[in-house]
This record gives sequence, C-alpha cells and structure tokens, in this order.
Amino acid sequence: MANYFNEEFETLPRAALEALQLKRLQSTVARVYANVPFYKQSFDAVGIKPEDIKSLADLQRLPFTTKQNMRDSYPYGLFAASMDEIVRIHASSGTTGKPTVVGYTQKDIEIWSELMARSFMAAGAHKGDIIHNAYGYGLFTGGLGAHYGAEKLGASVIPISGGNTKRQIMIMQDFGSTVLTCTPSYSLYLAEEAAAEGVDIKSSKLRVGIFGAEPWSEAMRGEIEANLGLDAIDIYGLSEIMGPGVAIECIEEKHGLHIWEDHFLPEIINPETGQLVAEGEKGELVITTITKQGIPLIRYRTRDITSISYAPCACGRSHGRIARMSGRSDDMLIIRGVNVFPSQIESILVRVEGVEPHYLLIVDRKDNLDTLEVQVEVNEGIFSDEIKVLQTLSRQIEKEIKDMLGVTCTVKLVEPKTIQRSEGKAQRVKDNRKL
Amino acid sequence: MKVEQISIFIENKSGRLAEITRILGEAGINIRALSLADTSDFGILRLIVNEVEKAKAVLKDKGFTVSKTEVVAVEVPDQPGGLSIILQALDRDNTNVEYMYAFVERCGGNAVIIFRFDETDKAIATLTANNFNILAGERLYSM
Repeated sequence: MANYFNEEFETLPRAALEALQLKRLQSTVARVYANVPFYKQSFDAVGIKPEDIKSLADLQRLPFTTKQNMRDSYPYGLFAASMDEIVRIHASSGTTGKPTVVGYTQKDIEIWSELMARSFMAAGAHKGDIIHNAYGYGLFTGGLGAHYGAEKLGASVIPISGGNTKRQIMIMQDFGSTVLTCTPSYSLYLAEEAAAEGVDIKSSKLRVGIFGAEPWSEAMRGEIEANLGLDAIDIYGLSEIMGPGVAIECIEEKHGLHIWEDHFLPEIINPETGQLVAEGEKGELVITTITKQGIPLIRYRTRDITSISYAPCACGRSHGRIARMSGRSDDMLIIRGVNVFPSQIESILVRVEGVEPHYLLIVDRKDNLDTLEVQVEVNEGIFSDEIKVLQTLSRQIEKEIKDMLGVTCTVKLVEPKTIQRSEGKAQRVKDNRKL
Repeated sequence: MKVEQISIFIENKSGRLAEITRILGEAGINIRALSLADTSDFGILRLIVNEVEKAKAVLKDKGFTVSKTEVVAVEVPDQPGGLSIILQALDRDNTNVEYMYAFVERCGGNAVIIFRFDETDKAIATLTANNFNILAGERLYSM
C-alpha cells in the first residue's frame, strides 16, 4: 500500500523543495504587497520591495505578522483575495471578544484538503478507513478541516462532531470506526466513558488516533495507546495559517511533526530578539504561508515553542520536523482545545463587576478533562451580606465565560489577598496539568 | 430605628472564625449577636457589635472584606406563636425577609430578633403600625 498521498511533493529532494519554496515565496510577497495595504505599509516601512526577495534567507528581512495585526484588521483587512473568491470563513477566539477571522478561496480549500489527506496517510490512515471525526464542526477549523481531508483521502468520514459521548461510543462500535480524530484529552474521556458503559474500546476496530488542538505529552501518548489500543499521532495546525494539517507525525517514527514545507515556510526564532535560532534549538515557531490566496501571512508569530530538525526520516518524507509543542511564548492557555487568554477572562470580570478584580486561573486535568477554576477576590465593590447575591454573581461570571469563550469553568470567591502578588503584579495563571 | 450590622466575607477554611474573633477581642470589641451563613465555598459572618466603626476598621486593616448593613431589631413576645404574628404582619404588606437571627440577650421578658429586609423603611412602617417594639441601635449595642 502506498504510504504517501502525494509522493512527488512529500519526498521532493531538499534542493528542489527549496527552489519551489523560493518561487512560491516570491509570488506570495508580490501578492500581499499588491493586495493588502497592511503589508504594503509594513514592507515600505523597512524599505523592502517584493523584487528584493532573491533567496530564502531574504525572508528574514521581512517584518513579522502578529495576532494583534489580525485583530487590528478585523474582520477582512488582511484578505488578499476579493470576497467574490472567498468560499469559506473560519474564526478563532480572540482576546477582546472579537475573533480572528480567516478566509479561504476554492484553491485554499483544495490545498487544505490535500494537506489533511497527506496528514491522514502519514498517520497510517488510508482510503477504506472509517474516520470518526469528533473535532467540533463550526467556526473552529478542526471539524471541517479533518472532514474535507478525510473525503479527499477517499475514506468514509463520520461527521460526529463533539459531545454526546455515549452516542459516540455506540456509533463508533456499530459503524466500525477505524480512525479517531479529536483532542487527546477527549480520547481518554471516551475510553473512560466506554469502560463505564461496559464497552472494551481496546477491542474495537480503532487503529489510529489523530490528536491535536491542545498540548499533550509523551506520557499521555502512552496512556492513550494503552487505554484505546491504537497508534496515537500528534497533529498541529492553527486557523491563522490554515487549520489542522499544517504538520503531522509519521507513524513510522512518531518523532517530530513533518511540516508541509511546499506550502509553509517554518522559522524558529528567539521570541525576545526575533533572531533565528540554530537547528534543533528551542524557540518560537514562525510560519509564512507560500500558497495561500485568501489570507496569506508573512512570518506569522504562532507563539508556540518548538524546535526544528531537517534530519532524514524513516518515512522518506523530505519535509522538516517540528518537535511536539512545549509551551507558549505568551500567556495563552489551551483548555479543552479552546484558546483562552487571561486578558479575556479579565475583561469579562471587569464587565460583570465593574471593577478590575484580582483573580487567578487554575487549570487542572481531572479524569482526563481540562478544568478551569476562576478564583476571584471578593472586594467591597462586589461583597454583599446576602449569600444569594454572591452566588448569582458567581453564576453570572461562569455563564459569561461560557458564552464568550466556550469554556466551562467554576468560579470560586476568595478572601482579599488570597492570591499571591509578586513584585506588585499578581500571578494570573496556575497550570497544574501534568503534561 | 435601624441597627448597624457588619458583614464579613470568609472562605470555608479552618481558623477564619477564630481569626476574626481574636482580632475583635484584642481590639476590645464585644460581639452582641452573630449569624453565619455558609455555602460549600464561602460564608458570610454577620455581627452586631458594640463599636461598629472600630470593628469595621480593625477587620479591614487585617485584610478582610467588610460591609455595613442596616437591619432591624424587633422585640418578640417569648411565647408560642410570638414570631409568627410578626411575620404574618410583614407578609400582609408583602415585605420580604432576606434573613433573620436571634439576639443573644433578652429584653425584659421578650426575645429579640434581628431582621434584614429588602425594603427596610417599609418594614419599619409595617412593624410600627402593628405596634411591635423596635429597638434602637444604642440600646442594643449596650444590652
């Protein structure tokens, strides 16, 4: 059985790959300079014209793009295609309540589908598989991204989306699902619920699990493989760049995620200085899209911390491998696959309480699911001598956070000065998850 | 006609009540009545003390969140149905009791109940019209 979805491009020798990258980079730079005022201004500000990009090394002369730049141009400011050509719009949660918006042309969707299909094959899935897609369908790119890739692959996709775990277990058994796509924590939850229902999920037909959208670890891989009886594969993606399928582990090595370099140019930088770090050294992943039409991004700061290796791989793919994400260079938390910035919670608290509160976010993982506790110090502004007033306040904060961010949390009211201050600045996050 | 009560936010963890009573004791403040309302996570301690402002100041100084609320102290005949007559009178006028608790000392032969109403002035009018005896703060603090 063939191991590649697109053998020619997946195994392209480095020299040919780099020549292709340069050609595509040049055309992307020309495209954004001509079509996106933000890029024209930022290139002009550093005195660079598209024709100055003569080698891949010239990429470093271009300015970065940040999530803030995307917010500032909400919703369509960074689109390089006219709305006539945009066939799909996705969005991810934003820090101020406004999401980050991305648009795809028909060609973008085709490329995304192919890269997702490549990713499925690298993970050991193929035509004939029954893919149980438990990523959420909607504005979030996970569900539809995996769905289109599964169809492109020629597999049978079950668009089950998230939630209703009992039904998922029934369908998984009855439909004979062989591949599971969801967040790593949800896979463990599924296994646990199945056990509670008296179902031995290990003896199911599941063979491969493709897990992403939240940070996980080698230890968790061991646990998932033991509890579900499948090969657990790490997948990486972010909506700004495309969605799932930017990078994937191969089943041969399960050691580093091949980033599809014929479409994305990866760089690893020191997040403080912005300078490139050496191969194998840890830093922030920066990605330039080189084939996207809808919203091409130049040197996008992902804030994800990883390293890159160009060492040859047993699977034969020539594309570099990024290490499993080991953290963030900002304070973003990923809770059950949802991106959460402490500042988002803060703005909700300010709105609900009318004052800037002292708060602490405690993230933990209980029964394999992420939990979020929001501790709020009770000051005189919100204190009441009536229990029901305080309880209503807690519930209101919980509801606002659920409505705005899509994350379930519990609010705990605490006494003033309970939350530690260091150098006058309160510590906002305590992540107790053992990853 | 109204009595000042202080309320203190406390987390449900050991030693908090001991800490508050120690602070008040060291400041020479006498607790005249108290009520503790609690949930699984937190509680609200409500106190009638002989020196309201001083109590509030020393507790705030120690980092507690303290608020002052106006409540009403009513003499209740110490006999079966005594409290019921008062509550019925309030109910007829649609006055809600948010919470209530008993005062430690008796006033003559009568018990004293502390009431927190959502509409304090209306409640006082109802109680006065029905000839119930409302105790002034100064009297209560020194009882």
